[in-house]
Formats: sequence, C-alpha cells, structure tokens
Amino acid sequence: MLVKQLSVFVENKPGKLSAVTRLLADNNIDIRAFSVADSRDFGILRLIVNDPDKASEVLKAAEVTISVTNVIAVCIGDRPGGLAEAVECLYKANISVEYMYAFVEKSGDDAYAILRVENNDKALEALTEGGFTILSAEKVYSI
Amino acid sequence: MENYWNKEIECMSREDMKKLQDERLVAQVKHVYENVPYYKKLMDEKGVTPDDIKSTDDLHKLPFLTKSDLREAYPYGLLAKPLADCVRIHSTSGTTGKRVVAFYTQHDIDIWDDCCARAITAAGGTKEDVCHVAYGFGLFTGGAGLNGGSHKVGCLTLPMSSGNTERQIQFMRDLGSTILCCTPSYAAYIGETLHEMGLTPDDIKLKAGIFGAEPWTEEMRREIEKSLGIKAYDIYGLTETSGPGVAFECSEQSGMHINEDNFIAEIIDPDTGEVLPEGSKGELVFTSITKEAFPLLRYRTRDICVLSRKKCSCGRTLIKMTKPMGRSDDMLIIRGVNVFPSQIETVLIEQGYAPNYQIEVDRVNNSDTLDVYVEMNEEQFTDTVKGIQDKEKALTAAIKQILGISPKVHLVSPKTIARSEGKAVRVIDKRKLHD
Repeated sequence: MLVKQLSVFVENKPGKLSAVTRLLADNNIDIRAFSVADSRDFGILRLIVNDPDKASEVLKAAEVTISVTNVIAVCIGDRPGGLAEAVECLYKANISVEYMYAFVEKSGDDAYAILRVENNDKALEALTEGGFTILSAEKVYSI
Repeated sequence: MENYWNKEIECMSREDMKKLQDERLVAQVKHVYENVPYYKKLMDEKGVTPDDIKSTDDLHKLPFLTKSDLREAYPYGLLAKPLADCVRIHSTSGTTGKRVVAFYTQHDIDIWDDCCARAITAAGGTKEDVCHVAYGFGLFTGGAGLNGGSHKVGCLTLPMSSGNTERQIQFMRDLGSTILCCTPSYAAYIGETLHEMGLTPDDIKLKAGIFGAEPWTEEMRREIEKSLGIKAYDIYGLTETSGPGVAFECSEQSGMHINEDNFIAEIIDPDTGEVLPEGSKGELVFTSITKEAFPLLRYRTRDICVLSRKKCSCGRTLIKMTKPMGRSDDMLIIRGVNVFPSQIETVLIEQGYAPNYQIEVDRVNNSDTLDVYVEMNEEQFTDTVKGIQDKEKALTAAIKQILGISPKVHLVSPKTIARSEGKAVRVIDKRKLHD
C-alpha cells in the first residue's frame, strides 16, 4: 500500500536543481508529483515517479544524495472540504503529519494527497476505517 | 617627547644588551638542563651540554622546541620550577588537542607586567591615564597581561573583558577611559557601535589603543584610528612565551620592539631550520631568558616575519619585528582564537562524518566568520529539513566545544567540495590580513 518517494538533497546553488531534473528527463523518468522543502542553504526535492527504482539508480550513479521514503497516497475528493476530512481523520487518530502535498488526476474528480506521517501502519488503518481509498504503489506510478 | 618605562633597557647599547643576553642565556640553559628532564633529553640527543653554550653566539647549537613538544610534555613536562613556586596558569584556547598550558612564578608575572607596562608607556600611557582593558579575562593571556601592565604603570585600570559593547562605551564616557586594550577587530566593532549610538570620537576621551592577539592590516589601523579618534598601536605575544608584551609598537608605528632583555629572537628558514641573517623573511623563534617556571628555548612560533635593527626614531634600540606576514603551519587565528583545521577534522570523524570538509574564514563588519562545509553521506541524509538542520546544530555544538568559538556548519552533498589534484582544499581564508 505504500508508495516509494525519492527525496533529493539539492544545494541552493545555481544549476543544482536543473541538473537533477535534466538527469531524470534524459532517463525517461516521468514525474507524477513533487514538492520542495527549502531552507537557507539547501532544498529537499521530494518526487513520486513512474519508476522509483530506476530513478534512484540513475541519481545515485550521478552521485546525487537521495533517500527513499515510504509514503501514503490517499484519494481525496476534489472539492471543498476533501482535504479537511482526510486530515481530520488523522488528527482524531492522533497521527502527526510530517509533510504532505497533493496532485490531481488528468481526468476525473479525484485528487490525491501524499502523506508522510510518523506511523504508516496506524495512518493506513485510520484512513481505511474512515472510508478513504488508499492508492496502491502500482496505481500511483502509472497514473 | 618619547616616554620610556625602562629607558636603561629600552635604549641600551647593542653591546650591553648582548652582554646581558649572554649572561641570561647561559644561566637559563643551565637551569632547564638541570631541572627539566625533557630538555635534558632533547639536548643530549643533539649532543649539546650547557657547557657548549657560552654566549648568544652559541644559540644555534640548541635544539628547537615546537608546539608538538608542548603537547607531548603536557601538562607538567616542561615545568622548570616546583609547582609550589608557581602562582598562575594561562592556556591557549581549545579544550583538547592543541592546548598549551603555561605556568608562571610571581617573578614571571612581574616581568610580564613590566613588558606590558613598556607597551602602555610607548603608547603614551602614564599613571594619569584610565586604561580600559577589553581583552577577554580568564585563561586567555590578553586580559591578564594588559591588566597587569596597566597596574604597574599606575593607570586607573578598568578590567572590562570583552562583550556588551554599549556598556563598554557607557563606561568609557562615564569614567573617561583614555587607553583601550583589546583585539583590533573588537576595537573596530567598538568604533562602529559608537557611531551607531549616534556618538563621535569627541564624545569619548580615548587617545590611544593597544591592539593584538590577531593579525590586522594598516588599512584596519587607519579605520580604527579614525572611528575612535585615537592612535592605534600593535602588540605581539604568545601564551607559550608569557602572553602579550613580547614585542610592542612605539610612536613610529612601523614594527614592534622586542623586549630583548627577556626574549632572544631569531629568524629561521622554516624548512631547513637554518638561521637567517637580519632582514630576511622567515619563521620567528624565541628563547625566553628570564622565564622561571616555563622557559622555552628556541621555540618555533610559526609566525613569519622580518627582524630589523634599523635605527628607530623613538630612540629605542630594541630589535624590531614586522607584523606577522603569515604562518609556516596551517593555524588560523579566528576572533583571536587559534584554530587548526585538524581540530575540526577530529570532531567530524568523532561524529561519524568522512573528513571531507572545507573551512571558509571571512571578515564581515570587522568580525571573523567561520563556515564549515561538510560532506554528508546517504545514511546521514534524512528527508526532512529539520533532520538535516538538527545534524548541523549537533556538529556546530561539537566544534564549538573544541574551539571555543561557534562555526556555521553547512552539510553538503558528497564529492561537492572542491578538490585540486585529488587533494581537497581545506581552508579558504578570504580575509585580507596582511598588507
């Protein structure tokens, strides 16, 4: 049920981010979703891609610092209140969210949230019980 | 008119000074040979006995002493007097590794105070002055040295220590400080703060400053003189030989007179150890000929400078040294603190990092900055900003623990630190410390 997310360490220097995205492009990696966390000296680029194993291989070979993290992809209604319901569900189950970001399908009424939480098992249980659809890794990679 | 603290010594003929040095050197060599097994061993290994040293002409026969000897002999190995006769300890910064501990008898303190009194007098100080000592007090020699010298001259002494700059200026104004003693970068900072407070040099009574413990340029001197409305004098010293006051500047402001009655200076080729003639640029070596508790013979300072006996307009005959023009080792002086890259490297290894790092030193608004770039490996990379910042904070704290000053640590990707010919460039010093 968990999705592999690549986290890429990107120093705040001209060309660093571009080198990473170019590398992915040249290796035919399709980015499904991403977010960037930034600080004064560096950023962390978080990516959901069609082929995380290949992407991680390519980046490692280029000596880019990365880590792979298991995250949850949950389907939320693409309407006002959709995100609020999902977050409330986690809050009630006493689960902290470290970070999250969203993406939408090309067609259809659904939006998806990528969640990084402190305890994946507990979060999966709470969301499932709350009636949310959890996306399988295969589904996410092939969206 | 030039004032002298001890005219007889400061203006002594070369001939008389040599005679005094000869006598003192012979006695000192005998003293250490008999009382310090470490020296006896060094001299025996070189096949020199006290009988071989009949005058300063024989100085070159003695073995050199280096900082690594001091470390090896830490803490008591070079002590030449019983601890019961010692009254004080000073130490260089750093809590491990390169620490140096120096011991003083009361006689040593008296001589040190006397050296600093000469510096204060040469800067125009008399018992009528109010001497504001804003060097750090504690194990660091700066505060204690100038404080002692100021007492000896009879100045009203303000043992301010450093920090709390607005309060420093308040005291200057309320108590009419006339002489300021501190590091040159702190003097520059006081000058800036004065102007930020909306004040001018006319609002304070300072007339002179005695600044040392770190390298500074002529440009910085002019800046400080202008911002504080004073004449700025350089002072030189190192904990190993006593502290500030080994050499001091006079009204000519063109190099520092070495207190030759206490310290014999030589310039050597740092690679071969060969003694170089007067006027050559090389490494400064000191022999303390009056120190009782911690007498160092031919101690290699690692400071590069030039000695000159050119006649000085102030009337002093004491030999002059230029400001240090660099180092023959990789030591950096940052905010007055001695820093070796290897100290930082040790911390990185202890904390589980590979020794791939770069130290960048700069001077921003007259204050030194220390940035340490460290390559992290994949295991050390967590995918949250906080995770990385926590690691940076932990490293900062560990380095501060060792150096006594706080760096700014930046974790960077592996293999991103510039390497030339496969060897990483460890230090980038962007400060302009030498003219």
